[in-house]
Amino acid sequence: MRALTYHSKHDVRVDTVPDPELVNPRDAIIEVTATAICGSDLHLYDGVIPGVMSGDILGHEFMGRVVDAGPGSTLEKGQRVVVPFTISCGQCFHCLRAQYSACDNSNPAENQDLTEPLYGQALSGLFGYSHLTGGYPGGQAEYVRVPYSDIGPIVIPDGLEDEEVLFLSDILPTGWMAADNCDIEPGDTVAVWGCGPVGLFAIQSAKLMGAAEVIAIDHYPNRLDLARKLGAKVIDYRTTRVLEALTEMTGGIGPDAVIDAVGMESHGLAPDNIADTVKQKVGFGADRGHALREAIMACRKGGRVSMPGVYGGFLDKFPLGAFMEKGLQMRTGQTHVQKYSKDLLHRIREGEIDTTFLISHRLPLEQAAEGYANFHSNQDDWTKVVLRP
Amino acid sequence: MSLRSRLPARREPARGAVAGPALLAGATLLGIGLALYWRNRFDGRGSRDSAPGHTARRSRFGGYTVIGRSVTIHADRGSLYDQWRDFGNLPRFMENVKAVRTEGDVSTWTIAAPRGSVTVKTRIVSDRPGEEIAWRSTEDSDIDTEGKVSFRDAPGGRGTVVEARIAYRQPGGAVGRGAAFLTGTDPRQQARRDLKRFKMLMETGEVTSSRLR
Ligand SMILES: NC(=O)c1ccc[n+]([C@@H]2O[C@H](COP(=O)([O-])OP(=O)(O)OC[C@H]3O[C@@H](n4cnc5c(N)ncnc54)[C@H](O)[C@@H]3O)[C@@H](O)[C@H]2O)c1
Ligand SMILES: [Zn+2]
Ligand SMILES: [Zn+2]
Repeated sequence: MRALTYHSKHDVRVDTVPDPELVNPRDAIIEVTATAICGSDLHLYDGVIPGVMSGDILGHEFMGRVVDAGPGSTLEKGQRVVVPFTISCGQCFHCLRAQYSACDNSNPAENQDLTEPLYGQALSGLFGYSHLTGGYPGGQAEYVRVPYSDIGPIVIPDGLEDEEVLFLSDILPTGWMAADNCDIEPGDTVAVWGCGPVGLFAIQSAKLMGAAEVIAIDHYPNRLDLARKLGAKVIDYRTTRVLEALTEMTGGIGPDAVIDAVGMESHGLAPDNIADTVKQKVGFGADRGHALREAIMACRKGGRVSMPGVYGGFLDKFPLGAFMEKGLQMRTGQTHVQKYSKDLLHRIREGEIDTTFLISHRLPLEQAAEGYANFHSNQDDWTKVVLRP
Repeated sequence: MSLRSRLPARREPARGAVAGPALLAGATLLGIGLALYWRNRFDGRGSRDSAPGHTARRSRFGGYTVIGRSVTIHADRGSLYDQWRDFGNLPRFMENVKAVRTEGDVSTWTIAAPRGSVTVKTRIVSDRPGEEIAWRSTEDSDIDTEGKVSFRDAPGGRGTVVEARIAYRQPGGAVGRGAAFLTGTDPRQQARRDLKRFKMLMETGEVTSSRLR
């Protein structure tokens, strides 16, 4: 089959690789009909997540048709499914508590060796996201082997287009969980750093959960426009002093909840960010946390910090004093996709959530490398790329 | 005296104080790896915190290395014990155990080693259904080792805590079978992997794999 594989930093290619086959009883094989490039893929593309090897198939946002299913799968050939990027067994301590992205069993034991020393406990399995999370071949491919297929994939009813439901795989539930983690109360103002796909879905979700006001921060005019269309007020950090603006826009209080939808590769020329960038480049395991620092500084006393943005290593100059003295709370994590799938599918069917407005480019899988290059370097115009095998 | 009493199960002050002397007596009688370990923990100089013995900073006792690892499995003690007690099942989740053959009361383990394989012969020395299984190598075994796996209820209906502990004497350097006699991987790491695979198998019915095919 054809699949997008990682070669080295900023070098990904569509290669011919072997077709997947059933390995375990609960597996299914999916023929991919649509897949997308995620902001998380850019962290791999930039080489800032360790454990990616040449030849790895990337991609964790995908959907398609079931073409084969093992005896332990509940799927049937021909069904149309969206597959969560988190691989979850459904039976461990964490899965039973709907903490699907913390599944104890989905990362092969030998891969768990890598993250247990790094993080205290081993991470669970994710599609196409380095050997730290299992080394699973990803979804930017013609076919994917889906383990625990009786737990993850959600069957899509007729009458919904691929593009309407594809993002159930990751960024829609991620934006939703980001807002959910804010415990929004009536009258709340929520500030969102980053107007990429995750930030945009977080804005929509916060509105649906009853936020009185959402303020979005980025530096790309087109992305800020998309946020504005969703009803957010926007701040362009290149032209505005963000902290001061947020204080002024909230009557001197500060936002009740803040969302870091930027992650470990924050942009900008703030001094802390320049120092972080240097450390990240020389491989100190350092994250670039400018957006997170700013979010914590902005958050009102007793407020909530939600961090869907991905981090992998260490962060210097974390404003720990501000965090403690203001009595903040933080919630984060890879998204527990399966927890939200049903509810969000329902909301899509009811027309409550617009899932297609952010798609800027549609390419054949063969041109995936072009998609990566542009989503990486022309972010203002390239907000979301959907690939078709 | 059961093997259980010779193993450094817990170092809780209360237990240490009450059961310590009795255990120490047992240890001295048997005088092998884990027993030496016991003596070192309870000779009045060892610390008496609540942590399991194998988490001691010191891991070598009289030529024996002691390792251990626990895992919580969402299943009942009985079924976990049954799976483990049938040694023929062990190669399903123990990466480097190629086969276990049992004749009479002696089990012969074929274990992959950096060069070829080694044979370990063991005899069950304690067997309490649903609670623990302990074994010790026979005189003619390639490796001098003993081990124990115990099963106890986890709190809050979380299933069962399975704890494995193994003591082994470093095989002679001359023979070239060092600490890595278990596949070339660190035995501690190996034990961790094997227990996690056991957990996968018992909770999900599968051993997780990221293979493409
Ligand atoms: N938690 C999860 O499960 C999960 C899932 C998907 C994505 N993510 C993560 O969410 C983050 C965003 O994903 P995305 O797909 O939207 O990525 P993206 O790269 O498309 O968007 C990031 C946006 O942040 C903006 N930005 C950068 N620095 C900023 C700053 N200092 N202040 C304000 N805005 C800034 C960029 O201009 C860009 O528009 C990434 O870290 C991604 O890995 C997490
Ligand atoms: Zn993603
Ligand atoms: Zn699980």
